[in-house]
Amino acid sequence: MQPQDIGILIVDDEFSVRDSLCSWFQADGYRVDTAADATEALQKLQKGSWNIVLLDIKMPGMDGIELQRHIKKIDQKIITIIITAFASVDTAIQALKDGAFDYICKPIDPDELSHLVRNAIDRLRLVAENVSLKERVDEMYAVDEIIGETPPMKNVLKMIHEVAKTDATVMIRGESGTGKELVARAIHMNSNRRYFPMVSINCGAYPEGLLESELFGHEKGAFTGAQYPRKGKLEMANKGTIFFDEIGDITPKMQMDLLRVIETKRFYRLGGNKEIGADFRVISATNKNLEDMTKEETFREDLYYRLNVFSITLPALRERAADIPLIADYLLKKYSESMSKHFTGFSDAATNKMMKYTWPGNVRELRNVIERATVVAKSEKIDEGDLSFAMAGEEETSSQMASLQELEKKHIEQVLKQLNWNISRAAEILEIDRATLYNKIKKYGLRD
Amino acid sequence: MASYIYLLALGKVDSHLLTFGEQCIREAFHLETKISSRKIKIKDAYDSVRNQYHSAKMLKKVIEDPPPDALRIFGLTDVDLFLPIFTFLFGEAQLHGPGALLSTFRLRNSFYGLPENPTLFESRVKKEIVHELGHTFGLVHCFDPVCVMRPSTYVEDVDQKSHEFCDLCRHQVMENIAGA
Repeated sequence: MQPQDIGILIVDDEFSVRDSLCSWFQADGYRVDTAADATEALQKLQKGSWNIVLLDIKMPGMDGIELQRHIKKIDQKIITIIITAFASVDTAIQALKDGAFDYICKPIDPDELSHLVRNAIDRLRLVAENVSLKERVDEMYAVDEIIGETPPMKNVLKMIHEVAKTDATVMIRGESGTGKELVARAIHMNSNRRYFPMVSINCGAYPEGLLESELFGHEKGAFTGAQYPRKGKLEMANKGTIFFDEIGDITPKMQMDLLRVIETKRFYRLGGNKEIGADFRVISATNKNLEDMTKEETFREDLYYRLNVFSITLPALRERAADIPLIADYLLKKYSESMSKHFTGFSDAATNKMMKYTWPGNVRELRNVIERATVVAKSEKIDEGDLSFAMAGEEETSSQMASLQELEKKHIEQVLKQLNWNISRAAEILEIDRATLYNKIKKYGLRD
Repeated sequence: MASYIYLLALGKVDSHLLTFGEQCIREAFHLETKISSRKIKIKDAYDSVRNQYHSAKMLKKVIEDPPPDALRIFGLTDVDLFLPIFTFLFGEAQLHGPGALLSTFRLRNSFYGLPENPTLFESRVKKEIVHELGHTFGLVHCFDPVCVMRPSTYVEDVDQKSHEFCDLCRHQVMENIAGA
């Protein structure tokens, strides 16, 4: 922001004040104008674009306080600085309460004025930067990662946009790998809470005691090893969204605690005696049948109704097979960019193979298959051979009677072969560390 | 043709200071100078409540009845200046205008209770003459840390900057002088 980009309007009934301040700011290169009273100021504010208004409190007709209220109605972003005599400091304080940036007493110390204006410009710059960053964030999330042209997915997208505008509690249902967290993030990023955090917690990943501590936080000494006080995820989600993944996996005690928190939005840290309030939106997800669980009394009915205010069910990938080429193209572009490789697309055989497969792991499985293909493919087009997954029939036969160990052995062997025994890459794809992979190779007696 | 920068004393000003001012202007702007023989009364610019002199009234006297060959008129004074809205001023200039004014009152070490330092004083005077006259040739404040056009509200700020224009300001002032 250059001085000439900043417009300063000086409003004072004394000519000498207007003249002196005008010369002072002109010497700094700012765009400056003056007004002798509120009426003239309002006319100039309506016509031009002003960033900072310096205004005297005591003026004939409308005073500075009243003028400031009108200025804020015209443009909330205009910074107002009040000029006052010592005798009217109380009024200046009132102006501050009404939204003035600061006040300065007559006669003005030139250095104080310089500091004040520099601070005001810093504020303008920060506001402009903030607006630009928010626009960039909006643009980033406008490009939704949820891809689908089929009617079931169009319906999901419509529901996301509808519910995002409200503060309703949302329950996302769907098989594993259908993109439940992605939908939760899309709801959060399209809601009014988008500039605050979305905190996710996988309820199935923690034993009860640990889940409590993760959610509510703890005070120092709450349990062995609690050396420092720590905020819980509910506190961290203040003003934002909390996403409970695998909500069907929580214990009856946690169900009770959670119900109370969702109803009151108040809780205690473990070992704490101070009640904490947090404002968060709740989105939960599960692949379990909660209706059956409530009948079996393994999931509280009251919590179920509290969480299931608005329900979105994500279709399995096989139910929207027409979207597979679209998603595959998107993922191929994404992974080839990140690996600095160039692919023109998929061969017909590869597309057919993908369309015929049942995708039990849904989009997550498709993502892994494409990622692996971008690593191993040698030609410009991804071919059938680059796609590594068991075809529906084979998969069913192999998984029908196989033990978990047998499946693991077979899968590891398959990945290693596909990657020409590149251990690091295989460990990355299998999402285990290299040492564990070596141990498994040894355990299952696998050989290159 | 208007081609001289006139130096004009307001109140009692040491003649050596006027000669020094001429030298500063010639060095910085490569313009010819003259010392004005006009006698200016400044009593009516005095404000007894503030014990200071009204800068705008003084500047008005500086630009009154300009000699026909005056390109700019620079007033020098040793009294303390103020404007009703400001507590004090080192000087005042008209942006793209015919006149400027500088007070040496707050440039002296004695004002701050320190022993006089003539070299430092002359250095400050030189910087502020070049700065104020720079405004009359259309230069606005510059935020280059050492450019003479950097704004200075305290004497410490004056000491930190150099006597020289930065490249941008020098280029602009030379262009503006050529067009004046």
